[in-house]
Amino acid sequence: MAKRLKPVDVVLVGVGWTGGILAKELAQAGYRVVGLERGHYRDTIPDFQLPWIHDELRYAVRYELMQDLSRETITFRNNRNQTARPMRVLGSFLPGEGLGGAGVHWNGVTWRFLPYDFEMRTKTLERYGPSAIPEGSTIQDWGITYEELEPYYDKFEYTCGIAGKAGNLKGVIQPGGNPFEGPRNREYPNPPMKTSYAGHLFRQAAQELGYHPFPQPSANVTQPYTNPDGVQLGACVYCGYCERFGCEVNAKASPQTTVLPVAFRTGNFELRTEAYVTRINLSPDKRQAVSVSYVDLKTGEEYEQPAEVICLTSYVLNNVRLLLLSGIGKPYDPVTGQGVVGRNYAYQAFTSVVLFFEDKVFNPFMGAGALGVSIDDFNGDNFDHGGLGFIGGGNIACSTTGARPIQSLRVPPGTPRWGAEWKKAVARYYQRNFSISFQGGVLPYRTNYLDLDPTYKDAFGLPLLRMTFDWGPNEHRASQFAAQVLERIARAIGPKTYVINRLSEHYSIVPYQSTHNTGGAVMGSDPSTSVVNKYLQSWDVPNVFVVGASAFPQNAGYNPTGTVGALAFWAADAVKRYLQRPGPLV
Amino acid sequence: MNRRRFFKLVGAAAGFTVLTPGAQAQAKGHPHEVQAAPAQVSPQKPQALPVRPEAYNFFSPEEAAFVEAAVDRLIPADELGPGGREAGCAYFIDQQLAGAYGAAAKWYMGGPWGESTPQQGYQLPLTPREVYRTGIAAVNRYCQLTYGHSFAQLNPEQQDEVLRGLEAGRIDLVSLGGPPAQTFFNMLLGNTVEGYFSDPVYGGNRNKVGWRLVGFPGVAAAYVSFIENFNQPYEVEPVGIADVAGGVVDLDEHGHPIHRPLAKRR
Repeated sequence: MAKRLKPVDVVLVGVGWTGGILAKELAQAGYRVVGLERGHYRDTIPDFQLPWIHDELRYAVRYELMQDLSRETITFRNNRNQTARPMRVLGSFLPGEGLGGAGVHWNGVTWRFLPYDFEMRTKTLERYGPSAIPEGSTIQDWGITYEELEPYYDKFEYTCGIAGKAGNLKGVIQPGGNPFEGPRNREYPNPPMKTSYAGHLFRQAAQELGYHPFPQPSANVTQPYTNPDGVQLGACVYCGYCERFGCEVNAKASPQTTVLPVAFRTGNFELRTEAYVTRINLSPDKRQAVSVSYVDLKTGEEYEQPAEVICLTSYVLNNVRLLLLSGIGKPYDPVTGQGVVGRNYAYQAFTSVVLFFEDKVFNPFMGAGALGVSIDDFNGDNFDHGGLGFIGGGNIACSTTGARPIQSLRVPPGTPRWGAEWKKAVARYYQRNFSISFQGGVLPYRTNYLDLDPTYKDAFGLPLLRMTFDWGPNEHRASQFAAQVLERIARAIGPKTYVINRLSEHYSIVPYQSTHNTGGAVMGSDPSTSVVNKYLQSWDVPNVFVVGASAFPQNAGYNPTGTVGALAFWAADAVKRYLQRPGPLV
Repeated sequence: MNRRRFFKLVGAAAGFTVLTPGAQAQAKGHPHEVQAAPAQVSPQKPQALPVRPEAYNFFSPEEAAFVEAAVDRLIPADELGPGGREAGCAYFIDQQLAGAYGAAAKWYMGGPWGESTPQQGYQLPLTPREVYRTGIAAVNRYCQLTYGHSFAQLNPEQQDEVLRGLEAGRIDLVSLGGPPAQTFFNMLLGNTVEGYFSDPVYGGNRNKVGWRLVGFPGVAAAYVSFIENFNQPYEVEPVGIADVAGGVVDLDEHGHPIHRPLAKRR
């Protein structure tokens, strides 16, 4: 029998970026907030300390900070004719586990999406007509505009101390920044990062070709910084252990280094770790959520935590799974196209070029998770798609994230995978190569979705989430186009040789691509095509909010965390309004 | 870079919001202090352990002979440096298999098992330990049938021939009681590379031969003042976790090692 606990105002399911932001905002507003986190407590000291944190095998290869799949994973298949099988080993994407979630091991690349991204359907129809939307694609507008979200992007950027250069201040294009970005109200809080040699060569070539290079916006803070809540961050030392690691000098914005200290200080936020949430319990008429059930993983005991508002703030995939396990919202049916929960799952489609040199040494072990030079000339609708056969695009970046050797032994094409010749190539080229990547957005299709697996269960006997996903025609055409652009840039840089990595025929869950899964609980203005309204509030159960990239109707050509953070601040304001006056906000 | 300049640069990086472990334990429920004083780096540092006797924990003598021979073909000794055997790759793999990785501790290992596509990834009911145990036995069986000797007794050319057969999936290990050849080969190759390039605390990369091969410095220094020195090699003695834990390298105030120029060898 579950032990029933004293009611609180708000329960957060998952304490990473979205949970951390909501914890801070709501606890500061005086609400009693409980955060349930299934992983362990962890912080800069003692968990991310030198020399132990600089351990590639433990953190980058054995995934010390990531989800323990033995307890819960997903199942995967490319299409409905296949039997989904469990993701037994991590690969394609790396959800975090433990306090801070993936906000501990992320790189720190912090974009704003383009104004176009939020109104992709409308803008595509306006400029190219209905035939431009690929058959079977279910792209839709977000129900929110860039202008509405701008103050919340600002809030997230200043909370984190993002380093960058504005390209558009109140409509005035700024030299050195991204001329394609939406207008921002003020400059970034910190100056941009330094430039690596690879980034320097990329910038020169991009300029020669008439493109518009700029420093990638970064949560690797470039100088000691005190944020608006009085929390201090250190300056990045370019140690090259960022992605898949925690930061030993508090220079990478994470929930631990920004919002959580403020939430704790209020005295209104209680964190419970090792708390594995199994369902949200509804009232008999299913119009109200009454509590959250969870298992204490230290004792095996079950608890029921009642609350006025319940926020799903776990990773994309678990947000959707908990909705399905709890019967909130109508599950999506790919046959009829009806239903919404699990609909519009999307991802990201990378195309890249690796350049090999004889006469240049890059010291690739120096770097930072978000250190890079970018161009946005081929992202969103920043270029004319007439006759190209695809819509959307992607950011192109030359990133220098720190090449730890086990996972960074790139050799020229034609080199054997082992033996003396491989060893020679590794010794020669580890320091003499770099890559440039096109981070392609992904459209939603009727055939790509998330639902509950009929066969496989987690450690508590609950169904796993099932992912049915493959690349669509838009992704393949965009990749072909991107390959031509990347080749042009590579030739302008002039390496000894280069190799282009195009999109694979089918999506594979094996090689790492990006932890940029999106959708499944999308936001919108129509309850028949969205799970939550523009305030991330469930249409069906108005005291449930579903926060995160699960709300993206389709995926843009950018890292998602900037938009996730902005949406979390936006949702926090909505939750406050709900608590003052309960009911649907739309 | 001279040391004074280094401290000046890194000194500017000081100032962040953490408490010492002791203070943190007291502040239960409030793990962070806003506007906290700059952190002191872990005051009590465990010492590196003295060298201890080593022996294979998981591998039988026959298995150890196989793996020692295989890692020395995958990464052979040559004028660039030692091979996989001398680097400790076999011992590294043994230790990995004896621990959590070998038991697939963080993998989802629930059934049922059935047909799958390459896009669905690893779908065998075998832990890494079991892949090695059955894989090595099957390859040795294949070598006995084909050459009349176990793998370790073959000459290097024959060993390469077998490894290429496994890599291409030309050798059928399943009919000999093993896992699919490519699964076994890819795991063996991946673990060998890990053993050659991971921190020496795991038993491989002895004398940091892997890091020396490519010029990787190991535990990073603060590179803030060097990263914009374009096309200028950064050649230093690599530093491992045990070097820092054992106090044999100088540290800056954040605990980053201060790298020393590479000593000329041979």
